[in-house]
Amino acid sequence: MKEQRKKRLKQLAFWTVIWTLTMALATFGPKFLWDNNTIATLIAVLVNLAVGIGMILANRNVVNNGDELEKKIQLESMGLTLGLAVVVGLFYSLLDQTNLISGDAEISNLVIFIGLTYIISTFYNNKRYR
Amino acid sequence: MKNRLKVLRAEKNLTQEELADIIGVSRQTINAIEKEKFDPSLPTAFRISILFNLKIEEVFNFEN
Repeated sequence: MKEQRKKRLKQLAFWTVIWTLTMALATFGPKFLWDNNTIATLIAVLVNLAVGIGMILANRNVVNNGDELEKKIQLESMGLTLGLAVVVGLFYSLLDQTNLISGDAEISNLVIFIGLTYIISTFYNNKRYR
Repeated sequence: MKNRLKVLRAEKNLTQEELADIIGVSRQTINAIEKEKFDPSLPTAFRISILFNLKIEEVFNFEN
């Protein structure tokens, strides 16, 4: 069971690394590698999307094959992260629309917030059941 | 939910890791059940009671 879980986690890590690399390629490739060629950019973006779907399926595989406590920890962490992402994301958007913040609301800030929320809530929930 | 898992496991000279492997859950789950921080699912509770040759209510004690 432990070996299978390790194998699934390794698969998820692999998909995550590849997804990050394809994201970097799609972001910086048009400017530095293929001089804004539309077809090359389209291919890079579609590859990133396809790899992203692979990463989601690998994550689903990890969660579905966890034991009951691991599933509970994931459910609590994901529930909290989803709720905060919606509430804080819309709050952030509202701050931008009403010009209460000077700059534009950036999606990357929301992604960082989601990542940090998930990491902190997973760490906290793991500690709770230790 | 109260339980006697820690005592029963000690009587069988099993570590949390060994019990977890037999039942098919993680060591963290066994630890959380023993500390009564987490109530196991019905299949896990049955697997534990079958392993110790006891009725489920002899291992777990539900208090409303």
